[in-house]
Amino acid sequence: MLSIRHLAKSYVPGKPVLNDINLDIAARGITAIIGPSGTGKSTLIRCINRLVEPSAGEIEFEGEDLVGLSRRALRRVRRRIGMVFQEYNLVERLSVMENVLSGRLGYVSPWRAWRRKFPPEDIARAFELLGIVGLSGFAGSRADSLSGGQRQRVGIARAVMQQPAVLLADEPTSSLDPKTSVEIMQLLADIARDRDIPVVINMHDVELAKRFADRIIGMSAGSVVFDGPSGNLSDATLKTIYGGEDWLQ
Amino acid sequence: MTPAATALPFRSRTWARVGWLALAAYVIYACAQLDVSAERIASGLSNAAHFFGRMFPPNFARWDLLVKGLKESLEIAALASALGIALSLPIGFVAARNLMPAWVSWPARLVIVAARSFHPVIVAILFVKAVGFGALAGILALTVASIGFIGKLFAEAIEEISLKQVEAVRATGAPFMSVIGFGVLPQVFARFIGFCTYQLDSNLRNSTMVGIVGAGGIGGTLFAAFQRFDYDYVCAILISIIALIMAGEVLAMGVRGIFIDGLSLADLFRGRVGRLAAQGERHLEDD
Repeated sequence: MLSIRHLAKSYVPGKPVLNDINLDIAARGITAIIGPSGTGKSTLIRCINRLVEPSAGEIEFEGEDLVGLSRRALRRVRRRIGMVFQEYNLVERLSVMENVLSGRLGYVSPWRAWRRKFPPEDIARAFELLGIVGLSGFAGSRADSLSGGQRQRVGIARAVMQQPAVLLADEPTSSLDPKTSVEIMQLLADIARDRDIPVVINMHDVELAKRFADRIIGMSAGSVVFDGPSGNLSDATLKTIYGGEDWLQ
Repeated sequence: MTPAATALPFRSRTWARVGWLALAAYVIYACAQLDVSAERIASGLSNAAHFFGRMFPPNFARWDLLVKGLKESLEIAALASALGIALSLPIGFVAARNLMPAWVSWPARLVIVAARSFHPVIVAILFVKAVGFGALAGILALTVASIGFIGKLFAEAIEEISLKQVEAVRATGAPFMSVIGFGVLPQVFARFIGFCTYQLDSNLRNSTMVGIVGAGGIGGTLFAAFQRFDYDYVCAILISIIALIMAGEVLAMGVRGIFIDGLSLADLFRGRVGRLAAQGERHLEDD
């Protein structure tokens, strides 16, 4: 459903961050992209919904190449791609409910959005989702009054509110403690299963990736160096991805 | 001796010393040029004593003229603030360089710089020439001043927002105006209210002055009283202006309390004014 062909990106000409990435994401399952910092994982995931413009290549999603799309067409496609961020990226001064409903902004006209006139079914779904992510009763709280784990739950609710066909998550647990990280990963896994949508997650934590992902993609220096079921990830492969071996002890 | 021991512990201050000396030399030169001397200040003080003596007791006999002037000043300030805020919101917005391409933001920045170039009194003189004596000239002059002030600070506030929050709203496929409404405005709204209340306060003060050049308000009455040596009436006018400014300050604190600190009207009446005053000062420092 999502296939990436010969994707390349360089922010500075001659210094590619991604070279020739080829990936196919199936219609279900959790895919984890692991790799050292600065290897282009975030760039790759941001190229998919063109928050970062690819330099070359194709990204085919639901039968359309996203790379050549006009702004208007791109907005239409972005509605189908949910995104969860490392630093949650909630609008701090808005309430939890407003943040969750902002997942519907692609469907609601600005005129209605400014007056907070969202369709009643959207509001009902927002309350339902807040229940699912464990934040019933927080609808009126301001986003900046929440803890990190709670904020990420709001971030996930906002992405799911879009009714996306695919969910992208850029280091969703890197700013959280180990226990909260597992809870957030579990939540993402539950959503992937219950809604039957594929989830693509960037992460640092190899153990967490092995535990939750069906498929792992290992990246090093802007290229894919491993792609397979998480069971096949050996210490030798990890050495190719991250380099060195002392950290594996 | 190690190299560390020979290194200077602080940066050299030679140029700062030269700067202070140059400033002191210029002050002495300017005093000599402008004939500022101790004798003149001494004789001025006795004049001032005589002048203040004639100001008391204040004379409120012509209160009807006074109230009429104050009402006109208040109207000038209110209309100029409303018009200025309404215009500076879009102008400040398109002047923000992080949201707009350069060919849009530069013209808007030019408008803001032009509006800030002249003191309101100079702008008022221009408008008196253009639209004639009266309150309209004052309103237009203070509107220009408001655009310059709020537009500049609003644009700067937008340039300091967190783009991560904007990115998240863009990622949902939101159209541009919704990105503004949900990603940008919530981040700057509180500061915008702060700028607006400060500008209302400033317009209130300036609206008592533009009358001196014939642009309406209490200033005209004040100037006439000065020229007729009616110093007791001058004193009455000055006391009234102080009262007006203080009332405006209380109003501004209330508006800030409601919009920025989320207080209700009842909170305001329950004697939280002292706490708000302290916060008000902090907001101004932030600005």
